Amino acid sequence: MSERKGVRRWWPEVAAAIGLVAAPLVLPVLGFAPDTVNRIVVWGLFGLGFDMLFGYTGMLSFGQSAFFGTGGFVAAYLLTNNMVGNVVLALLIGMVAASVAGVFVGMIALRRTGIYFAMITVAIAQVFFFLENSPLSDFTGGENGIPGVPAPKFDLGFVQIQVGNGWSMYWFLATCFFIGLVIARRIVASPVGAILMAIRDNPQRVEALGHATWRYKLTIFVIASAYAGFAGGLLGVLQGYMPPDAFTFDTSGQLVIQTVIGGTGTLFGPLFGAGIWLYLHDFLQGPMGLGSAWRLALGLVFVLLVCFLRRGILGGIADLFRRKSHVEAPESSPDLVLEAPVTHAVPARRQQAAAHTGPVLQASNLTKRYGGLLANSDITFAVNEGEIRGIIGPNGAGKSTFFKMLTCEVPPTSGKILFHGQDITGRGVAEVCQLGLTKSNQVNQLFGRLTVRENITIASLAERRGLYRPDLLRRLGSVPGLSDQVEHTLAQVNLTARADTPVSELAYGEKRRLEIGLALASSPTLLLLDEPLAGMSPQERVATMKLLRSIRQGRTLVIIEHDMDAMFEIAERITVLNEGKLLAEGTPEEIQANSFVQEAYIGGVHA
Amino acid sequence: MLSWPNFLSQFFNGLALGALLALISSGLTIIYGTLGVLNLAHGAMFMLGGYAGFVVFQATGSFALAVLGGSLFMVVVGVVVERVIIRHFYSRPDEDQILVTFGIGIVLVELVRLGFGSNSIQIPPPSWAMGVTSLGFLIYPTYRIVVLGIAAVALLALYLVLYRTRLGLIVRAGIEDSGMVDILGINVNQVFMLVFGIGAMAAGFAGIINAPVVALTPDSGDTILVETFVVVVIGGVGSFPGAVLGGLISGEILSLTSMVNPSYSEVMLFAVMTLVLMLRPQGLLGQRGRA
Repeated sequence: MSERKGVRRWWPEVAAAIGLVAAPLVLPVLGFAPDTVNRIVVWGLFGLGFDMLFGYTGMLSFGQSAFFGTGGFVAAYLLTNNMVGNVVLALLIGMVAASVAGVFVGMIALRRTGIYFAMITVAIAQVFFFLENSPLSDFTGGENGIPGVPAPKFDLGFVQIQVGNGWSMYWFLATCFFIGLVIARRIVASPVGAILMAIRDNPQRVEALGHATWRYKLTIFVIASAYAGFAGGLLGVLQGYMPPDAFTFDTSGQLVIQTVIGGTGTLFGPLFGAGIWLYLHDFLQGPMGLGSAWRLALGLVFVLLVCFLRRGILGGIADLFRRKSHVEAPESSPDLVLEAPVTHAVPARRQQAAAHTGPVLQASNLTKRYGGLLANSDITFAVNEGEIRGIIGPNGAGKSTFFKMLTCEVPPTSGKILFHGQDITGRGVAEVCQLGLTKSNQVNQLFGRLTVRENITIASLAERRGLYRPDLLRRLGSVPGLSDQVEHTLAQVNLTARADTPVSELAYGEKRRLEIGLALASSPTLLLLDEPLAGMSPQERVATMKLLRSIRQGRTLVIIEHDMDAMFEIAERITVLNEGKLLAEGTPEEIQANSFVQEAYIGGVHA
Repeated sequence: MLSWPNFLSQFFNGLALGALLALISSGLTIIYGTLGVLNLAHGAMFMLGGYAGFVVFQATGSFALAVLGGSLFMVVVGVVVERVIIRHFYSRPDEDQILVTFGIGIVLVELVRLGFGSNSIQIPPPSWAMGVTSLGFLIYPTYRIVVLGIAAVALLALYLVLYRTRLGLIVRAGIEDSGMVDILGINVNQVFMLVFGIGAMAAGFAGIINAPVVALTPDSGDTILVETFVVVVIGGVGSFPGAVLGGLISGEILSLTSMVNPSYSEVMLFAVMTLVLMLRPQGLLGQRGRA
């Protein structure tokens, strides 16, 4: 996500353009027929959308055939019935139809995640197949498909180009692919692209940081449908015939296999995978004389790749290069004492919300019941503007549950939460974060495959762009104020030197600091910290305490911590929870002197 | 078309199909519930079971031996697949598990295609179950009644294993909280292997007893897999009672709709699935918060 300048930023596009121009010269030498190359390009375009959906966002759909078929049949129907004369226009209409289908399917399939999502996409795609096959066969030709799809014709004024078979068709398809590639690369490099990659790693945290995850997922689902629809239309144009096979499960399966073989998360993977698939199809069936066994060979290759080279062939090559060029990052310096950083002013938007007088946060009669277990019982709690509040209590006292209710991660069984006087009970966690209330977790919730800087960027983006914004073509670097905020947060949590390190390579203490950094980067007015010192070395602890003091300006902090010394040192007031109930509240001195608290902790100090 | 005997006959077809779907789906659902793996090769295992039964039948001429031999073969297949491949995927993301089982399914299908060709094969029903039986109010093919009976008995057997044995207790505990089972010092590895074997057997067994009704091809498993997904989505993933209920509902939807218009039967099935997802996303008998 770091800004790359000039030509370097464009090299994949340039390389792709050169490759596409060189293909008709090089590939025939390797034994590729022009028709095979054309198919590869169509599948490559189909795969661009799918790779954004699966490779970048982690959503494995086995139902892309639905959109491939929809786009293809709509375009073919319009063209063969002379309703639309212009091929490109028909393709675009097919693409829109596929996108509309994508919206509807997405609304259903995205109700669930993971395996449910995969199963539902399979099932829904099957509906499309059945619909095409019989109820709609008057339009689609049923098992016969639609023959006679015309090839495009371009009138450039001075010259007319009639696209024909073979390489002439190739130039048309390659142009479509290139445009699709440029757009896909823009999307991947946009703020939305960054959020999608974070969703792949940890959707819950993306939501907790204030992004409307569901809408971003639907967005990329529809984009993938659009790519599928356009590619489906191209298949009809390429073959002069729209086959019903487009709608089958095999189509979706082939797309998945090609993408995985080529390499997910690379955009070029599906094109490469399609090349391998179709080449093997021709080669193993022909010269090798394997007949129908070619699919067996491919199946075996696929299983082996999933087992041993999950990132596919292109991904494997990329990893190899990365390892070679990997420069040892400077070792972390946990003992480096933090300079108290310049406090980042809380953004104006958030300050407006703070115009309310009275307690920042007011929770009344909060109760949380998990089946028979009463995790929190009738807790009433208020924090004032600018306060540092500590929450202590023995393990199992219900502290973390209490925090989860405050951030609306879990709904209370009963009770009410007011933030800046506004009732937030039952609101979504993303919405609450947007209002300026967020938390750093007891167990790290980071984006493991992204770098430190990218992690912080995701958090800052929510504050800069709100719940949802489809700025698909905007460069990440051009979001106003973003890089300042990211760099500032990095400095605050002392991770500037490690900014480009992947999270998976961080030391534990660094991960803890990043966890706090994520919460900080979303510029909350009320920050909840769940055991910020847990697992830190003594030096790190000192540095973190300093950090906590430095970030309090313009903010209210509520801290859960088992480290009593730290707590009594930093907190102005302390709330004690025990067995899900509020046990005591007061200044550190009062709490230290409270005999109930001593009893709860030490098990009775009866004189 | 909408006559009373016709309705009854379709209703029975629905029951038989439903019981079969319930059986296959319980295999899928206990594998997912215990191992956390969605087995996309499940349809291929249904098909492979049918072919294994076919081989035994050709060798012995006995339907009973075909069912027995085919089922045992599928247990072995299941155990081997789990040992060699699936085992290494427990700690990997869901998508990887889905991808690898998808690949295994392709390999199984193509192996069968290589060995038996793409033409359909059929196992004749046992001689005592040929012809039709009069149920008083309805004349119905005898073997379909037998299928219903066998599937019901198999489901009962599965129920007994799950709810009356030590293994079943562990499996059900594993569905609730697999981490805890591990902590309690139970050899999860062995349980996982057995469960995958039983799950594969459930699919394969269904494949054999269905073979006299619907001819087998190497691709038979595809449709079944999709229908099985619908069944578990309706019933609730990981729930054995859910799989049975979902199977019966799906069987009836398919049969009764095809009485009105066969081309809408699958569409209707998916419409019902969508409705369930809207109203009760965790499935009819599924628990919220799982999957």
